[in-house]
Amino acid sequence: MTSTALRSRAWKLLEMVTTPLLPSDYLDLVSPLRAGADLRGRIEAVHPETGDAATVVIRPGRGWRGHTAGQYVRIGVDVDGVRLWRAYSITSPTNRQDGRVTITVKAIPDGKVSNHLVRRAKPGTLVQLDQATGDFVLPRAKPAKVLYLTAGSGITPVMGMLRDIELDDAVMIHCAPQPQDVIFRDELHVLVADKKLRLTEVHTDTDGMLDIARLDDLVPDWAERETWACGPAGLLDAAEEHWTEHGVRERLHTERFRPGIIVTGDGDSGGEVTFSATGKTVDADGATPLLDVGEEAGVLMPSGCRMGICFGCVTPLKAGAVRDLRTGEITEAEPGVLIQTCVSAAAGPCDIER
Amino acid sequence: MTAIDPTAHLTAEQIEELGRELDAIRDEVIADRGEKDAAYIRKVISAQRKLELVSRGVLLFSIFPPAWLIGTAGLSVAKIMDNMEIGHNILHGQWDWMRDPKIHSTTWEWDHVSPSDQWKHSHNELHHTYTNVIGKDNDLGYGIMRVDEDQRWHPFHLGQPLWNFINACFFEYGIAAYDLELGKNLNKRRRKNPEFRARAKAVGRKIRKQVLKDYVIHPLLSGPSFLPTLAATFTANLVRNIWTHSVIMCGHFPEGVQVFERRSIKGETRGQWYLRQMMGSANISGSSAMHFMTGNLSHQIEHHLFPDLPSNRYAEVAVKVRALFEKYELEYVTGPLPKQVFSAWHKVFRLSLPNKKPKVETPVREQELVAA
Repeated sequence: MTSTALRSRAWKLLEMVTTPLLPSDYLDLVSPLRAGADLRGRIEAVHPETGDAATVVIRPGRGWRGHTAGQYVRIGVDVDGVRLWRAYSITSPTNRQDGRVTITVKAIPDGKVSNHLVRRAKPGTLVQLDQATGDFVLPRAKPAKVLYLTAGSGITPVMGMLRDIELDDAVMIHCAPQPQDVIFRDELHVLVADKKLRLTEVHTDTDGMLDIARLDDLVPDWAERETWACGPAGLLDAAEEHWTEHGVRERLHTERFRPGIIVTGDGDSGGEVTFSATGKTVDADGATPLLDVGEEAGVLMPSGCRMGICFGCVTPLKAGAVRDLRTGEITEAEPGVLIQTCVSAAAGPCDIER
Repeated sequence: MTAIDPTAHLTAEQIEELGRELDAIRDEVIADRGEKDAAYIRKVISAQRKLELVSRGVLLFSIFPPAWLIGTAGLSVAKIMDNMEIGHNILHGQWDWMRDPKIHSTTWEWDHVSPSDQWKHSHNELHHTYTNVIGKDNDLGYGIMRVDEDQRWHPFHLGQPLWNFINACFFEYGIAAYDLELGKNLNKRRRKNPEFRARAKAVGRKIRKQVLKDYVIHPLLSGPSFLPTLAATFTANLVRNIWTHSVIMCGHFPEGVQVFERRSIKGETRGQWYLRQMMGSANISGSSAMHFMTGNLSHQIEHHLFPDLPSNRYAEVAVKVRALFEKYELEYVTGPLPKQVFSAWHKVFRLSLPNKKPKVETPVREQELVAA
């Protein structure tokens, strides 16, 4: 018998010992970060960066597979007792000796998770993690010339890159309302002093918003540079248009906040959702996940990761159509069609068997 | 249906006002629900698991009498915690708002031979909707007992003190059979129904796992303590069964609790539904340890009014609910456990014999409904 078969048999026996729970339910009590556990992390420290931003140091569980500079991680945080999931760029270098990772969070007005992490999170708290993901990364071969175009907390994935690899020729344009709002300002200026980075800070309170046409003055050779841009949608839209106009769109890499969850396509007006097993009918817009719509209406909804990964929320779609909030893909009702309610929204009237 | 309707003095407007006041109590708790509550249930779950682990560990040496006693007591308490404060309440969806997939009504499985999903249907859906309605709520005597004068007497009921005692000892099996509606489904035609067979199979699987764990695996692990461990797990299950049966009997059976006729719930308003829950349930008074061990079902009245509010909030809600009972001049049926258990058992004995059909005064509420 192979050792894998032996181990799975031993595990089966353990399951008989702990039924109806699983052995992991007991192991989690003593060792929540062990190999084989659901991926979690422990907050070890929270360092303030600016008035409304902080870096959270997390010790990930043994199952953590590492990250590539520029990637983000989804993190599940319990705020007021409710588990909420958000994505944050990783700001620590990939070769950090102690195996910790950091995310840097800017508190946004009314942001439940961001305000919690910046102002209330305590060392020792467990958080749920997902493996690092995202293609906003440097290529394997170091580009000769790089431009980083960032605004606000859009600097976070780029900081992960800057800390990770030293480039021969890197230029950065970073926008923030005032000098004291620039996250990592001291560290950036150290890089500048060491001649590892050329930096232009745009202080939008005094300078106004960055006009993309100014690029020619600020970075005359911008079109030759491989560019990574991250910031609010307005900036990225303008950049994409500008790069396209000049026929160098393939040199521009962008990262939008709230990666993945973007409503695309037409008819995003939602519709009337019927929960046929419960007999409830409610109006839903085209952007709210059906899981939230159901819970809001008091329907007992199965749920899991709430971000489209674990399939713990799959539910039969009896009639109508739903839109996948990540891809814009429309799924129509057919016998046997299951949808993930946490990442699907109504695309017109639909009937969910709950 | 008792001879005199204890709610007859209330006008329709008063009943709706009462409903609004209860809604306000509920909204207050929901608005305030948060981190402290989440920490509470996590702490209870963690304590239960640790207690069970330690008790099972001690039972490995149950050949020594003190170890047997300590291990059996610990395991009994752990099993009671699992079923009452944790399982019953999670399966009610009381903790779904936390959005933790591990503490969620759709994923939770308990130390009980009735699988969670079947129990949720018969309990959450049927019993809690049709509380104390004769013919709709089978929790009234579980189909094997007569617990109200208005139920038809049958010679079978002569033996009901005995049925009730056996049911108490093997309560989890009684519940599983009840959730399967075994009595109704065992006739020739129905037992072939694939839906019933699937459910029966699920129960069989659950029983096999539970029995294997308690009566084979753990005794085997104990080696020379095989027999004492076997006796210990049997005792713990017995203690848990008798305890939960007693607590649950106190919820709807004691004297003073009302039952309702089918036609009385036709077109029931929110206020009337609340009123039926108030008159159809009874509490147990006692210390906070007592409330904890009953899974806060000692606050049965509050639980029936708000089945999905976190159980740790029932104590504070009870103060406000009781004030409403007083305001509307209604009887809040409560008492210490021995008194309530005696009262329920007394009823089981009394109604095992036939009684004269009482003269029923049609309550005002029904007259209105009939007229409507």
